[in-house]
Amino acid sequence: MKNLVILGAGTSGTMMANHLVSKLPKDEWKITIVDQYKTHYYQPGFLFLPFDIYTTKQVKKNGKKFIPKGVNYIQEKIELIKPEENKVSLENGETLNYDILIVATGTKIAPDETEGMDGPMWHKNIFDFYTYEGAKALRNKLREWEGGKLVIHITEMPIKCPVAPLEFAFLADSFFKNKGMRDKVDITFVTPLDGAFTKPKATEALHYLLEEKGIKEVTDFNIERVDYENNKIIDYADTEVDYDLLVTVPTNMGDALIERSGLGDDLNYIPTNKTTLQTEAHENIFAIGDCTNLPASKAGSVAHFEAEILTENILRYIDGRELKEEFDGHANCFIETGNGKALLIDFNYTTEPVEGTFPFPGVGPLSLLKESRTNHMGKMAFRWIYWNMLIKGVHIPFVSATMSKKGKKLEN
Amino acid sequence: MEKTYLQSIIQINEEGYLTDFTQWTKEIGAEIAKEQGIEMTDKHWEVIDYIHDKYKNEEALSIRGIKKSGVINIKEFYELFPGGPLKKATLIAGIPKPKSCI
Ligand SMILES: Cc1cc2nc3c(=O)[nH]c(=O)nc-3n(C[C@H](O)[C@H](O)[C@H](O)COP(=O)(O)OP(=O)(O)OC[C@H]3O[C@@H](n4cnc5c(N)ncnc54)[C@H](O)[C@@H]3O)c2cc1C
Repeated sequence: MKNLVILGAGTSGTMMANHLVSKLPKDEWKITIVDQYKTHYYQPGFLFLPFDIYTTKQVKKNGKKFIPKGVNYIQEKIELIKPEENKVSLENGETLNYDILIVATGTKIAPDETEGMDGPMWHKNIFDFYTYEGAKALRNKLREWEGGKLVIHITEMPIKCPVAPLEFAFLADSFFKNKGMRDKVDITFVTPLDGAFTKPKATEALHYLLEEKGIKEVTDFNIERVDYENNKIIDYADTEVDYDLLVTVPTNMGDALIERSGLGDDLNYIPTNKTTLQTEAHENIFAIGDCTNLPASKAGSVAHFEAEILTENILRYIDGRELKEEFDGHANCFIETGNGKALLIDFNYTTEPVEGTFPFPGVGPLSLLKESRTNHMGKMAFRWIYWNMLIKGVHIPFVSATMSKKGKKLEN
Repeated sequence: MEKTYLQSIIQINEEGYLTDFTQWTKEIGAEIAKEQGIEMTDKHWEVIDYIHDKYKNEEALSIRGIKKSGVINIKEFYELFPGGPLKKATLIAGIPKPKSCI
């Protein structure tokens, strides 16, 4: 019997378990998946939880439910990966041997990387919404907050779901409008980038929306520290931004496990071949999703595209065939813009988000880079698709793993 | 686009960044710095050397990377290249503007 071990049962790990269970011969391969938590969170829902759009129940489910029969599920913290010995040790002292390892441990926030951030005011008037705890604490705060300066802030790039902070700003604008208190809230969006988003084309469209909604922008802001006593964030150029309520996206880092195992870069991301998903250092270790150093967006949709290609490459690797160099960085993200509307962007390593229709060329029904209600319905449907199709590894009809250029207004 | 520095014709993009690193020389770097109001010192060149190293090894540049470089701390980096230090330093170094972002 050979062993295939998957580390992490989040979006990517769960998808891989579901893909592989039907592809690997049961009498030759044993598949094991390990995660520290019982709960599988629907992280995209953390954006809606603070505004009471989703309930806590809608964003978490028992993780085991999504692991297919025939896969050995272990709920335990992973202590160390020992690539030289092809072993993984768990916190309870157990050791797992592997012939193939898939790392899918994701990324998480590291507020302690910034002075003053997770000090005494953490989750009092400084919040994150990238964790369940943060999003829920922020919901409770927003229910009673009477207004003032709301600052939405990105600490440093890369972060997972790079559009989420902007979406948060748009949703906040609608939220306070609906509460009849928009005039009491001053919203500022603070970013280390030189514009609203990482891709110039989308930045233009998004900048326009920020302006329309009266949200101020502070760009090129590299935070040095949070002065929590005086409610200010201060950057290295001594620029200061005052807040009453700070909603920040702290530095994102791979799990400390990656650092302990000597497999990561500065931010604990695993150097991974960007087309095959094999790790650069070890041929029998593959990595998928947010834990890699791929120059692609860290998003569930990206992980979904990666999973299809990684499944193919695992099979090829087992057969001793050459790996398919196919992953192109395809990302497909809805951007919630408030008031029941959303934008949709589709891009990859080399092609910028463009205008057009999706997934059917010329027909849609979704429109790329344009605000519409149908796009918003798409974003809301994503939760259903996530729980019922995406993590179960069901192919989403009409959406291909690599980016299609049909129906899009591409520039040369 | 083209621009003439010290009698050589240099290829640049619309933001002024060199598009062909082989055309870069230290003298041209110093000229670009002057345009940015920066008088180059040894410390400046030390940073530029570090940036060239990173560029040659195809490693991404970031504020975090500078912090860990051991060459300079971030406060000094901002003092040497006021404004956007990474953007200015790469402009002077003749390499593309960093995209530390996806
Ligand atoms: C606010 C927000 C909004 C988002 N919106 C969208 C969106 O609209 N669309 C979209 O496509 N994506 C969105 N995303 C991103 C998406 O959720 C992630 O990209 C996706 O979940 C990544 O999957 P992953 O499997 O790589 O990591 P994760 O799903 O984070 O899973 C990693 C798993 O590894 C486990 N693990 C890590 N270390 C250890 C250890 N040492 N021991 C045991 N277990 C360990 C963790 O417990 C976790 O379960 C959003 C994310 C956030 C935070």
